[in-house]
Amino acid sequence: MPASITVEGLSKRYRLGQLAGGYDTLRDQLAALGRGGRRARTEEERELWALRDVSFEVQPGEVVGLIGRNGAGKTTLLRLLTRITEPTGGRAILRGRVGSLLEVGTGFHPELTGRENIYLNGSILGMRRSEISARFDEIVEFAGVERFLDTPVKRYSSGMYVRLAFSVAAHLEPEILLVDEVLAVGDAEFQRRSLGKMEEVGRSGRTVVFVSHNMATITRLCSRALLLETGRIVGDGAASELVARYLTAESGSQAHRTWPPDEAPGNEAFRLHGVRIVDGDGRVASSVDVREPVGVELTLEVLRAHVPATPWLALFNDQGAHVFSAMDTDPMWERGADQGIHVVTAWVPANLLNEGTIFVSVSMNSFRSGGKAERQLHVDDAVSFLVVDPAEGDSARGAYAGSWPGAVRPLLTWSRGVRRQDGVAERR
Amino acid sequence: MIADASLAETVRPVVIEPSRGLLRINLAELWAYRELLGILVWRDIKVRYKQTAIGVAWAVVQPLATMIVFTLVFGKFANFPSQGLPYPVFVFSGLLPWLYFASSLTASSMSVVSNVNLVTKVYFPRVLLPLAAVSVPAVDLLVSSVVLVVLMLWFGVAIGPLAPLILVFLLLALATAFGTGLFFSALNVRFRDVPYIIPFLVQIWLYLSPVIYPVSALPERWQWVLSLNPMTAVIEGFRWALLDRPPPDPGKIVVSAVTAVVMVVAGYAFFRHAERQFADKI
Repeated sequence: MPASITVEGLSKRYRLGQLAGGYDTLRDQLAALGRGGRRARTEEERELWALRDVSFEVQPGEVVGLIGRNGAGKTTLLRLLTRITEPTGGRAILRGRVGSLLEVGTGFHPELTGRENIYLNGSILGMRRSEISARFDEIVEFAGVERFLDTPVKRYSSGMYVRLAFSVAAHLEPEILLVDEVLAVGDAEFQRRSLGKMEEVGRSGRTVVFVSHNMATITRLCSRALLLETGRIVGDGAASELVARYLTAESGSQAHRTWPPDEAPGNEAFRLHGVRIVDGDGRVASSVDVREPVGVELTLEVLRAHVPATPWLALFNDQGAHVFSAMDTDPMWERGADQGIHVVTAWVPANLLNEGTIFVSVSMNSFRSGGKAERQLHVDDAVSFLVVDPAEGDSARGAYAGSWPGAVRPLLTWSRGVRRQDGVAERR
Repeated sequence: MIADASLAETVRPVVIEPSRGLLRINLAELWAYRELLGILVWRDIKVRYKQTAIGVAWAVVQPLATMIVFTLVFGKFANFPSQGLPYPVFVFSGLLPWLYFASSLTASSMSVVSNVNLVTKVYFPRVLLPLAAVSVPAVDLLVSSVVLVVLMLWFGVAIGPLAPLILVFLLLALATAFGTGLFFSALNVRFRDVPYIIPFLVQIWLYLSPVIYPVSALPERWQWVLSLNPMTAVIEGFRWALLDRPPPDPGKIVVSAVTAVVMVVAGYAFFRHAERQFADKI
């Protein structure tokens, strides 16, 4: 039996401007300020190989997970296999009916009713009209929207909307299914059901290629994984082994970085000599327990005394979301520091970050009148580290083991009270 | 559940590689996606009539109001010739195919960008988008043609014996809108100026088409120049077949038809070339 998917030397090159668009809006301008030299960097590179000479085969019935840090080429590979974009070189052959799910509810139209959207979305995903009709009742039942079939979906709650959208997709039943992270939606109960449905798909002999940032989902659903790094496959094997390797290897995080004196980023006033991620004992930590505080330690050299500038951090998660920014508010920086080496550590409290890889950008900024900032030095993604949850029940996720979306995951204090008969709330 | 085991043998393997060639016409694939084309057309019709407050009435009000203004300005004040027809009937019979063409051209030029959520998330032959867009305004055409019938009855204008031939001329209008729409919809992905160009283009094009005047009112030399515009043949042909007016010069019809075919082929080649980067650029 021939392989379901054969990929030979597949490559994709993006040219300048295709990835980093112009800054057209004020919002983009602001995002650029936080993101720093990203645009300048792509301009230097001129072109970027998002995927380079990738080859592999997937046998019928295999469930393969694609893992790797952001920008490693997972999504590009999936976009090529789903034919959304064309390769620059190489080729891929897919044998069998292909279904792709890059998001839930592709093409849903808010003005149309649930019934109409089932047909619309189903057709867009590649189902025939007759197939949709045959599975219509199943789809509606799985989504639990019987009563709202003839209501425009713009009046649906977001939960109903996602359930209906996932339900159509779940009944697609192709031989080759290409999926991107669609499970990170909906409430916990629905996620459990959709994960179950995905497992069912995996067991039913279909070939599945699955991209996710959630390593727990990968190990649960996939038998095999491909590890990508800067557009190439650097690992191919059992999912559990590769996930472990990814989580521990340097490819997943780089928690300690130093520069030789002549290459240290900065200007004539400030230089950054090193950045380290440290745990409570001051040791370098590439992965940190979500329940422990984590320190970002900067080694800064002040070459010119008394230049007012403040150290800044910007944290991004592996989906590119800007988690938060922080600056050292010590008035010493505003007055201007003395010459010499300064070591400062910013402590991120325990139980704040969500699980996953966190990338830290570092800068020194001087403030000017009118709310403008002048950048003295900036390093994008200077260091990164992995936030892990040993899932012992005392973190913010409690006993729940499923996907947990959100930029942060604080452990909140929940107070409890009872409402008395006379309507006065009593706090306990 | 439908057993897919048998399907494996029937489905041809999908080969993904850098595309080559200019036109890359894949009729088998287009045929396989015919249901999606139908669904896209159905979606647009449905949404159009759901979103607008007076729905179908727009298809009556718009041409009727335009006809009244044109009749007052060009028929009464300027006293344009009208091939011996009452001016309202003359201008409405030109407006009917023209408005179909103008909406098709506008909709198809926006079609790729307005379906950005599909283009970046799922594969299908992209050419379905402008193709669906030129089909949707046919519904409006059907509705507003009722107005023409009423006008013909009112002014006592008889229907011509060759009336079914108007379908051929409408097909020519569709081809012209499709060819132009292919070009602009692909261009729109890279340059978002297109929405500003289209209304301007449509306005100029209107005056270069014999909607408010008959071709016979022009000197012979200019009649040939005008026939480079396929809409000339469409509108002249429309009046000839439907209202029994003098037949257009076959030579000029051929020129118009050839122009339309060239527009479709060139537009298609341009679209297919640009299409490769839609998802990256959009």
